[in-house]
Amino acid sequence: MNQALTSKRITIGEGGMIALFTVMAALCVLGVIKAQDSAFAFHAAIGAAISAWAVFAIITRFSSRPAARPPQEINGVPNYNFGPVKFCSFMAMFWGIAGFSVGLYIALELAFPGLNVAQWVNFGRLRPLHTSAVVFAFGGNVLLATSFYVVQKTSRVRLAGDLAPWFVVIGYNVFILIAGTGYLLGVTQSKEYAEPEWYADALLTVVWVTYLLVFLMTLVKRKEPHIFVANWFYLAFIITIAVLHLGNNPAVPVSWFGSKSYIAWGGVQDAMFQWWYGHNAVGFFLTAGFLAIMYYFIPKRAERPIYSYRLSIIHFWALIFLYIWAGPHHLHYTALPDWTQTLGMTFSIMLWMPSWGGMINGLMTLSGAWDKLRTDPVLRMLVVSVAFYGMSTFEGPMMAIKVVNSLSHYTDWTVGHVHSGALGWVGFVSFGALYCLVPWVWNRKQLYSLKLVNWHFWIATLGIVLYISAMWVSGILQGLMWRAYTSLGFLEYSFIESVEAMHPFYIIRAAGGGLFLCGALIMAYNLWMTVRTGESSETQPSVALQAAE
Amino acid sequence: MTTFWDRHKIFEKNSIVLIVGILAVVAIGGLVEITPLFYLKSTIEKVDGIRPYTPLELAGRNIYVREGCYLCHSQMIRPLRDEVERFGHFSLAAESMYDHPFQWGSKRTGPDLARVGGKYSDDWHVAHLKNPRSIVPQSVMPGYAFLASTEVDTTQIADHLRTNRIVGVPYSDDEITNASADMKAQVNPDTPEAAELLKRYPKAVVRNFDGKDGAPTELDALVAYLQMLGTLVDFKLYNEKANLR
Repeated sequence: MNQALTSKRITIGEGGMIALFTVMAALCVLGVIKAQDSAFAFHAAIGAAISAWAVFAIITRFSSRPAARPPQEINGVPNYNFGPVKFCSFMAMFWGIAGFSVGLYIALELAFPGLNVAQWVNFGRLRPLHTSAVVFAFGGNVLLATSFYVVQKTSRVRLAGDLAPWFVVIGYNVFILIAGTGYLLGVTQSKEYAEPEWYADALLTVVWVTYLLVFLMTLVKRKEPHIFVANWFYLAFIITIAVLHLGNNPAVPVSWFGSKSYIAWGGVQDAMFQWWYGHNAVGFFLTAGFLAIMYYFIPKRAERPIYSYRLSIIHFWALIFLYIWAGPHHLHYTALPDWTQTLGMTFSIMLWMPSWGGMINGLMTLSGAWDKLRTDPVLRMLVVSVAFYGMSTFEGPMMAIKVVNSLSHYTDWTVGHVHSGALGWVGFVSFGALYCLVPWVWNRKQLYSLKLVNWHFWIATLGIVLYISAMWVSGILQGLMWRAYTSLGFLEYSFIESVEAMHPFYIIRAAGGGLFLCGALIMAYNLWMTVRTGESSETQPSVALQAAE
Repeated sequence: MTTFWDRHKIFEKNSIVLIVGILAVVAIGGLVEITPLFYLKSTIEKVDGIRPYTPLELAGRNIYVREGCYLCHSQMIRPLRDEVERFGHFSLAAESMYDHPFQWGSKRTGPDLARVGGKYSDDWHVAHLKNPRSIVPQSVMPGYAFLASTEVDTTQIADHLRTNRIVGVPYSDDEITNASADMKAQVNPDTPEAAELLKRYPKAVVRNFDGKDGAPTELDALVAYLQMLGTLVDFKLYNEKANLR
């Protein structure tokens, strides 16, 4: 073959990466030496170790790879690159279980405060670990895995870049590692869902821009004339998250060798930036990205076309336009100016419409295939996720109405609302997508056990119901107790009485979270067995996987 | 006739056009809601008494930030009857204008702290922070006894003030030069250094907060911060109408 004759040369990408990581390793060593605090030294050491490993890995990979680059097509079939997809699927499951476990632990801490046994596991340090682990680590890896899969399949080309996709998926997980260990050591900006400190933020920025480039370059070289609708949502998610991340996080470090920084914005402006970011982390990370999953995996699994193409166009533009405005509903009755609050409330209510438009588009895709819900628990999980999406996108606009918010704000109702979206919508749509994705990318005929999927579905559903109903009751009870007056015009309850009243609901909530975690453990076992023992599928040529690593 | 749906194909067939479209559509809401907050004068009231944090208070605030206190305690009293009666005068935007980051919070697992300053004694705070259930048996708050045994870092505090000045907090050169001395002085009442501190930061509370002699601990710093929260504005003198602009 001709390929064997071409002499092996190091590519610009490989050479550049080796140079980049060598410099990074040197900088990190300098960071360890000059560190102002132990947490920074620890993180610099991690950075140095990983950079050194990266140099080593790229050199080893170079020496063992064939001289020619992996072909774009083999026998007319795109030579898909599923290596990064597999990596992220695995990491998603890993972080999911870690994140759910930490969630269960902090739920128990609220019921049994004696569990706050040391400063590293106090509620205040573990709670950001829980939210970041489930949202950014679990959800983020699901989004990376599915977006890299969907963009290749729907464009019918191999993923752009050679080392770049690996840089994205590994770099992203290193960011999670730095951020998560930072929380335990007290390294945090204490901006909700934007806790990572300046150097973790900088790493994420580089990774995210590379992610955008890999995704975009794959789209640019697509073989299909149209960009598939799921990719619009992925693209909106990637771009907007970049904008939000940069807008919310500009900070000035106290020292280039220390972990502490001060955020550029202060007071009321910081509050507005924060919730513009915070609400749209929900809107674009947890909604647009996962709607992309809905638009690909539900039609695929149900073997039906998307219900309405035109509805998806309206859904897309209306959703991304309206979502951005909704942030101020987190700041009702605060010192944020009234006009901003009113705008936030108005747009939050309008947001109900595109949200339900999307829900209808997802659900109605099952037209003529509803019977599959009886036989396919994976499809059932996907469809129930859309139902939860519909429920929480009704609840959200309702809670954004100022009078409702005056009761619900600061209470567990908000926590319940978040979890009906997070467990029901994001969780279930992710589980459904992973149940589809793992057999596809590992080339397996089917899942190890559909029966176990069924168990997962029911256990997790029961968990969600317990969780959100406990939080509804405790939240509304809390809100009502705080504003209750006696007939003589005195406040009826002291604050601590409302804390005491929460106890039984915190136990029920923890039980719900425990069930959800059990479901995820069943899933991890099922997926593991699918990969380990599953029969390989004949429909896909096995060569497609050759050049993945 | 070309329909709307035909025209939309330009987005479906050209990834760069799609990106530009997305950027334009998502930019509008943020620009309209955020930009005016930087120039509309009515956003932050003009109030007497607001000053930057003393070095010790700032260090205490950094501990508050580090421990994630905002996850359970808000610092934002809404203008609702029960909140004003329970926690005090509703919060003004001016009261957090030097907060980087803001710590308004979004959840009240514990009570609001916007005006906790002066409500309880130092002894109460020290005992409560070390073991909350020794004071409030039903409390679900974690204990922070480790703060009492950790000395607060006085060597880098000037850099912290300097960084705050970069992001817009009006610390003077004098305040930055004396940051370290001011920090130690705030736990040593009735000293000339303490008098100097009070000149630079009016109404600052100077006390030996944790009751232990020697260098200030993290517990000193956190209690100093808690004891000043919400105390800077004198609401007997505050004229609400002056800010109707």
